[in-house]
Amino acid sequence: MKLNAHNFKENAKKALKDDDLQASLQKLGTGFPLKRLAAMDRLPEFEDLRDQARDIKDHTLRHLDFYLEQFESRVVETGGKVHWARDIKDGRKIVYEICEAVGAKTVTKGKSMIGEEMAINEYLEEKGLIPIETDLGEYIIQLRNEPPSHIIAPAIHLRKSHVEEAFRKTHTELPKDRNLDAPEDLLVEARTMLRKKFIAADVGITGANFMVAETGSTVIVTNEGNGDLTQTLPRVHIVLCSIEKVVPTLEDCTTLLRVLARSATGQEQSVYTTFSTGPRGETDPDGPDEFHVVILDNGRSRMLGHDTHDMLRCIRCSACINHCPVYQSVGGHAYGSIYPGPMGSVLTPALHGLEKSCDLPNASTMCGKCEEVCPVRIPIPKMLRSWRKKQWEDGPVPTLQRLAMNWWAWWALRPKLYHKVAGWKMRIMGFMGRKSGHIKALPIKNGWTENRDFPAPEGKTFQQRWSEKGGRRT
Amino acid sequence: MSSRDYILGRIRWSLGRGAMEREDDLSLVERLSQPKANLIPKRGSGTPKQQISLFVKMAKEVNATVSRLKSLDGVPRAVAKYLKDNDLGTAIRIAPHPDLENLDWSKLQTSFGPSAGDDLNGLVMAFAGVAETGSLALTSGAQSPTTLNFLPDNHIVVLKADDLVGDYEAVYARLRRESNSADFMPRALNWVAGPSRTADIEQTLLLGAHGPRKLHILLVEDDGPEG
Amino acid sequence: MSENEKNVGLFVTCLVDLFRPTVAFAAVKLMEEAGCSICVPERQTCCGQPAYNTGDNDDAKAMAQMVIEEFEQFDYVVAPSGSCAAMIRVHYPELFADCPDWLTRAQNLSTKTYELLTFLSDVLHVDKVEAALDRTATYHDSCSGLRELGIKKQPRKLLNSVEGLELVEAEQAERCCGFGGTFCLKFSDISSRITDDKCDDLLKTGAQTVLGGDLGCLMNIAGRMTRRGETVEVRHIAEVLADMCDEVPPISQGKG
Repeated sequence: MKLNAHNFKENAKKALKDDDLQASLQKLGTGFPLKRLAAMDRLPEFEDLRDQARDIKDHTLRHLDFYLEQFESRVVETGGKVHWARDIKDGRKIVYEICEAVGAKTVTKGKSMIGEEMAINEYLEEKGLIPIETDLGEYIIQLRNEPPSHIIAPAIHLRKSHVEEAFRKTHTELPKDRNLDAPEDLLVEARTMLRKKFIAADVGITGANFMVAETGSTVIVTNEGNGDLTQTLPRVHIVLCSIEKVVPTLEDCTTLLRVLARSATGQEQSVYTTFSTGPRGETDPDGPDEFHVVILDNGRSRMLGHDTHDMLRCIRCSACINHCPVYQSVGGHAYGSIYPGPMGSVLTPALHGLEKSCDLPNASTMCGKCEEVCPVRIPIPKMLRSWRKKQWEDGPVPTLQRLAMNWWAWWALRPKLYHKVAGWKMRIMGFMGRKSGHIKALPIKNGWTENRDFPAPEGKTFQQRWSEKGGRRT
Repeated sequence: MSSRDYILGRIRWSLGRGAMEREDDLSLVERLSQPKANLIPKRGSGTPKQQISLFVKMAKEVNATVSRLKSLDGVPRAVAKYLKDNDLGTAIRIAPHPDLENLDWSKLQTSFGPSAGDDLNGLVMAFAGVAETGSLALTSGAQSPTTLNFLPDNHIVVLKADDLVGDYEAVYARLRRESNSADFMPRALNWVAGPSRTADIEQTLLLGAHGPRKLHILLVEDDGPEG
Repeated sequence: MSENEKNVGLFVTCLVDLFRPTVAFAAVKLMEEAGCSICVPERQTCCGQPAYNTGDNDDAKAMAQMVIEEFEQFDYVVAPSGSCAAMIRVHYPELFADCPDWLTRAQNLSTKTYELLTFLSDVLHVDKVEAALDRTATYHDSCSGLRELGIKKQPRKLLNSVEGLELVEAEQAERCCGFGGTFCLKFSDISSRITDDKCDDLLKTGAQTVLGGDLGCLMNIAGRMTRRGETVEVRHIAEVLADMCDEVPPISQGKG
């Protein structure tokens, strides 16, 4: 996906007026959050598990090089291959070369955010291959040629009618007069159409929620079974993952899995949680002949040890996204990045640079709900603030904003003068708004009075009245 | 410079150190070679009877159906009944597992081996079950083709009560114990909780996405000969 | 000031000072009744939060230094605002993490700085007030107060002692009101939407009065309510607890 984060304000405006999107977002706001609460209530150890999950990730990040090397050795020992990709260009080349080496024509894909980050479909298509998304949500947006709007529910912004439209447009071999009224009809059609693709595929690409250093295993967390069909049927299985996904042991992975599904959708466990280790062995009756793991860096190694270090704990559950009042208002496409919402507002500048995405860390009320629900307790507001600090120091900051802040600071650091002038200003404003108690428009154009009345001040300031009263001073 | 060296070098630079010191290294190696469980929820830790009860409850919550049998010998009859009750014909593809192969399949049309995609029904033997979440552990191998878990529309799984444990950690411990090598992981360890599903269309939950539409569990509680 | 009285420095907060002094007077009344002697340093304006959240650490530090210098002399520092109290309590130490001298002073100030309701409830152990208000009311949990300072039970406990007041919980009492400091100016469309959602949720309770502990949130909610033509009354909780509702009309409303 081409980064469109600099258009956040425009995108958000459109999103607020999009009725279909708003209806979908309404459902999201009452869906996942309530399910998460229910799951938490059922598991008394949930808070302790969150602490342990955070600690496991912290420990692993401190020794990331060690665990990655161990993971690599184990993959090789179990018959797989590891490829290191420093950036997207590197990663794309690696994936293509693996496909080329086996003369692949069609490539099925399980959902992979790293795949999105690499825009791997686009690249494979350029090279003459046919990549086919198999996760239902990803399949739908692939047909519509649009990016995902959520990291686990990519088509959450769409209505049923959009899906029907896409299917009718693409599945032209099916009878035109077929009934697609019910969501079930659409699902059955997708199942039928994609089943053939699963079986015919030469290469299957999946992501990985975790990489287990102890065993050289990669883990996918799905509900549809598409990830498993993708990785079991073709001759070649390619796993796309990134450096921070490694965890030490199976037990550590399980602790993280316990908080992942519950935080995401409120499920006790995703329907299919699969640990894959190496290609098929001599006695395996099925499975891929080749097992490749592509480990992507793409700027993550730079985050280590710096302001956004804690972001590397993220296990991509989407809890922060689901609970964010800003995301709930504008949806994922507004962010112009495949990583939207709170986690995306920290990660996108880290991967793409602040200049191209500076609106994102600012598009937050800093309510802290994201941090409250994050299974690994990432202090997201703190990191948003650190991007704002960088932006303030290195730019770009709109001149008006800088002036306004300087102006406020100038007054605030001169209390005597401030109190004198404030005294008059408040009396004037108090007078202006004396009848209704508020002011409908202020002389300077500002975002407040566009949509709200401005409450009139009482009149004299507290400091003035305290002096008049003879209240105790220092 | 290879990408590998670049990435590892950058990681070390960012962490403000070179490669690991000898002692650090050893303690981490130990952490990997002697894995310890973290906090395990109490939920799955009851008596075997309580674990069975919990497993059945949790499995049903995720839309699996469960039949309880007294012995493995009852499996073919239970399978035939399930297929009949659900109008699924009389053919079934079965995993070549010794516990399943030697049963009396005379009443059904059976074949053994992996699935190529044409099977309506598939039957496998679970490696284990976890009471905590009602999940099944299915491990790939000569006796348990993975394709049988995903291609057939209807997935029937035999789980011996002896193989039912409280938590995931117990299954990992057993995998390590029963293997003779450091490579104790099967090619695929599938944790399965219910039939396949999606909520990708207007956040409406639908069962039967790409994997099985139905999951039926045959829980065998007394693993011995009939009578 | 007598020996037993606690020496409290009132951090007025810029919004209360400029727009609604009654809140500060209410805070003074409540604390004096509970045995405090209140001092109001003249040399105070802003806690530095707008600068801090904008990434302007230099100005934030300058403002914080002024606050530290002025307030470290007191036994307690109390602010009728969760976000300002959180700024001093939680973020001043972060601001000065790299300046050992200021860090110690910030930490010392931090440990004795409280938001008003927390101070009344948890430090002064006030569990009821002498006040009456014949209204149904609902309470909006401001984000900083809730998530940074754990303010949740305290306002409700105190409100339950107000004679005639019936408290009704909003379904989404903890959801952000959309103010977010400069956010409401920088992203006014999105802010309005979030504020509308908050207003809808509060109105759904049927309560006659909306209460909260942060004037920024309250001015935001009240301003949107009156723009929408709603008549629900919005007040700072201190006004109610101090029985001072007669002294000033609800926020954004006239004397009517």
